[in-house]
Amino acid sequence: MKRYLPFAIIVAVAVVTIGVGAMLYRAKMRVSPSAAAPPAGTASTAPADSQEKESLHARGPATAPVTLEEFGDFQCPPCATVSGVIDKLEKDYGPRLRVIFREFPLAMHSHAVEAAMAAEAAGLQGHFWEMHDMLYQYQAVWSKVSDVSHFFSAYAESLGLDVERFKADSQSDAVRARVISEGDLGVSRGVKNTPTFFINGTQLRGAFTPENLRAAIDAALAGKQSP
Amino acid sequence: MAKNSAKGTARNAGERWRVIVYSVTALIALVGLADATFLTVAHLTGDDAVCGSSAGCSAVLGSAYAAVAGIPTAAFGALAYFVVFSTSVLASFGYARARTLLALVVAVMFAATLGLLYVQAFVLHAFCPFCLLSAALTFLLAGIVVATPSIR
Repeated sequence: MKRYLPFAIIVAVAVVTIGVGAMLYRAKMRVSPSAAAPPAGTASTAPADSQEKESLHARGPATAPVTLEEFGDFQCPPCATVSGVIDKLEKDYGPRLRVIFREFPLAMHSHAVEAAMAAEAAGLQGHFWEMHDMLYQYQAVWSKVSDVSHFFSAYAESLGLDVERFKADSQSDAVRARVISEGDLGVSRGVKNTPTFFINGTQLRGAFTPENLRAAIDAALAGKQSP
Repeated sequence: MAKNSAKGTARNAGERWRVIVYSVTALIALVGLADATFLTVAHLTGDDAVCGSSAGCSAVLGSAYAAVAGIPTAAFGALAYFVVFSTSVLASFGYARARTLLALVVAVMFAATLGLLYVQAFVLHAFCPFCLLSAALTFLLAGIVVATPSIR
């Protein structure tokens, strides 16, 4: 019996490790289309393609030589940190830089989908970026509470939005479908983490420090200028 | 008779010492295994919660060095810790070859840890706490291997 004991211990640890790893993986896996899908019996009212054209969240001219595209999650702390960096880059590069934001709410963030839907609902009233900035600015506050709807409504009010419309939109199937479609787009493009950046369609690797982002933009600008 | 008894006592003390040392390395390896498994899952799921508000930490886990040929670097760490755990268990039960393998794996882990620390400090200029925990555990294992003659 003692002869087999060490092997039994090793096998037991292997099984427990794989089991716990698999459970953690399932628990942390990002929100899937089925998880974020509207309840059974309700239907999405807007096709993804038309939403895509109508509500691409972009700042800067469409003719800008460099497009910095971010897949972000409003409850992700590094996304909030990098948001300030992007603001600074936009000021520095002016019309040479276009910034696009896409929703990629992660499942391990309890309010990420609600926040994404709040931003999209504000976007329907033409204030996506204001809500985007506000959600990141007060991330540390709302991410800790159990019911965020009051906070988001207060933000909408402070931005001068029609609060009743905002409340309805932030729970609508159309907005939910938009968030899902952007998440699916991210998955199809290999996005796993937030923030994930693409510069002129190419995924940016490495650390997202201000220096690295600036260097990547400079490289993209140099590439556009060279014959 | 007395000589034999003294020899027996010394052997028992040696065995007890061996069991204690390898139990300690097994426990350290278990902590490392948990840490590396957590980091592997974090990598596969894109979980940045391990980093808190540290963008630098997220930069490490999201960097090109966080995976080798598509496999998370932490997964190699988990495998290494599992081998350390297994060899420690076998060594504590008296398997002599396991000691050699343990020392060999710890030496490889030590070298890999130095490389990863270099990358964090001088290439990425950012650190992740769970990676530093793993580095500390590897250094501890290396210290025990070096300090304990029976392991070498």
